[in-house]
Amino acid sequence: MKALVWHGTADVRYDTVPDPEIEQPRDAIVKVTSCAICGSDLHLYDHFMPGMEKGDILGHEFMGEVVDVGAEAKSALKVGDRVVVPFTIWCGECDQCRRGNYSVCERSNRNKAMADKLFGHTTAGLFGYTHLTGGYPGGQAEYVRVPFADRTHVKIPDGLTDEQVLFLGDIFPTGWQAAAQCDIQPTDTVAIWGCGPVGQMTIRSAILLGAKQVIAIDRVPERLSMAKAGGAITINFEEESVVERLNELTGGKGPEKCIDAVGMEAHATATLDSMYDRAKQALALESDRAHVLREMMYVCRPAGTLSIPGVYGGLIDKVPFGMSMNKGLTWRMGQTHVNRWTDDLLRRIQEGQIDPSFVITHTVGLADGPDMYQTFRDKRDGCIKVVLKP
Amino acid sequence: MAYYRRNSSADRMARGLGWFSIGLGVAELVAARRLARWMGMEEQAGLIRSYGAREVATGVGLLAMGDARPWMWGRVAGDALDLATLASAHHDGNPRRENVATALGAVAAVTALDVLCTAMLHREEAAAWTPPRDYSDRTGLPRPPTAMRGAAKDAPIPADMRTPDILRFQPA
Repeated sequence: MKALVWHGTADVRYDTVPDPEIEQPRDAIVKVTSCAICGSDLHLYDHFMPGMEKGDILGHEFMGEVVDVGAEAKSALKVGDRVVVPFTIWCGECDQCRRGNYSVCERSNRNKAMADKLFGHTTAGLFGYTHLTGGYPGGQAEYVRVPFADRTHVKIPDGLTDEQVLFLGDIFPTGWQAAAQCDIQPTDTVAIWGCGPVGQMTIRSAILLGAKQVIAIDRVPERLSMAKAGGAITINFEEESVVERLNELTGGKGPEKCIDAVGMEAHATATLDSMYDRAKQALALESDRAHVLREMMYVCRPAGTLSIPGVYGGLIDKVPFGMSMNKGLTWRMGQTHVNRWTDDLLRRIQEGQIDPSFVITHTVGLADGPDMYQTFRDKRDGCIKVVLKP
Repeated sequence: MAYYRRNSSADRMARGLGWFSIGLGVAELVAARRLARWMGMEEQAGLIRSYGAREVATGVGLLAMGDARPWMWGRVAGDALDLATLASAHHDGNPRRENVATALGAVAAVTALDVLCTAMLHREEAAAWTPPRDYSDRTGLPRPPTAMRGAAKDAPIPADMRTPDILRFQPA
């Protein structure tokens, strides 16, 4: 079959690879009909995440049709079912899964020992996302093996297009969880750093969950225009001071809820601290750029909440933790517990409360994937979200 | 907003010059006195060392930051400074005048490369620039956002993601 394969920094190729097969009784094989390039794939593309190996198949946002089912998954799936596959693989039986903490499933990471060593305790297995999280082949391919498939799926009813439901696998529940874990109240101002795909979903989620005011921060004109369309007041950080403007919009008190939809690759040249981070990153003295975290901690209203769906991979430097402690800020973060949200979000899509396909700016064949990685990474051609059709 | 294309030929050239900058900078830092002696500029070892620090900073900027152009302009300005410093040492009273001439030639060649690379980067940006797309109609919502505010207030928010009542902001 054909797949997008990682060969090194900024080197993704459209390769021929062996077809996947059922390996475990709870597996299923899915024929991919649509998949997407996620912002967090760019951390792999730029090789800021550790644990990638040459030959790894990328992709963790995908959907398709079940074409083979292992013996123990047959109670939940059958050939022909149309499914979205969440990026977090979960067993449904461990302590964490029973509590709904699917992104930290204790059993799905087949490289548990490696994750235990690096993180203290393992997190869930993820598709196409480094050997630290299992090294599972991803979904930017014609076919995918889905482990624990009896749990790791969302069945899609007839009448919905791929474009409407594809993002149930990652960015829609990720944006939703980012807003939901802020416990938004009708009096809240929610500030969101980053208007990429997750930021766009977070803006709409915060509006639907009833925030009084949503403020979105970015510098890319297209992304700001899409954020405004979703109901956000926008701040272009290249044109005005984020801190001053946020204080002005909140009567000098700062937003109650701050969301980091940027993560480890914050724009490198806008501020002195991000230039410092980038220089340290280039010299391998630091892995992640923490500018957004610093700014959120500074501007957030005391006793407020910081929500972090943006991906961080390792070490950050010069984080004013005393500021956070003294202001009594609550931090909530983590990979998304996708299946906690999908029943509710699927119902909202069916009822027409939201149509996540608004975010798609480019749809191309899988073979064009390598070029689209570069276009998306360099934010060219108005690119916000790429959907690939194998 | 700056548009730049990583991995283009101009970008690769800029990154190459970044590595060169770091190499030259380290050499100037480590061997400043020897270089100064070779050019008959014994009094200027400290100045050469400071130029070395400038080269390293520019090199790191070129390798680490997204848009190479400001750093390339930094290199061009640094070249001008280097040329002026060398020109001031290129006089009949300097017994190492020939070595200074050699250095002047080398810096002039690198300056030409820097100017060429900077021009290529600017040309690339001009060619790549397109007017920003207008996504102002992409709401994703069936009604205007103001009408959709709070439409999902019924959403199940798990207890582990709720703020305890006693810690909530109370409206004034």
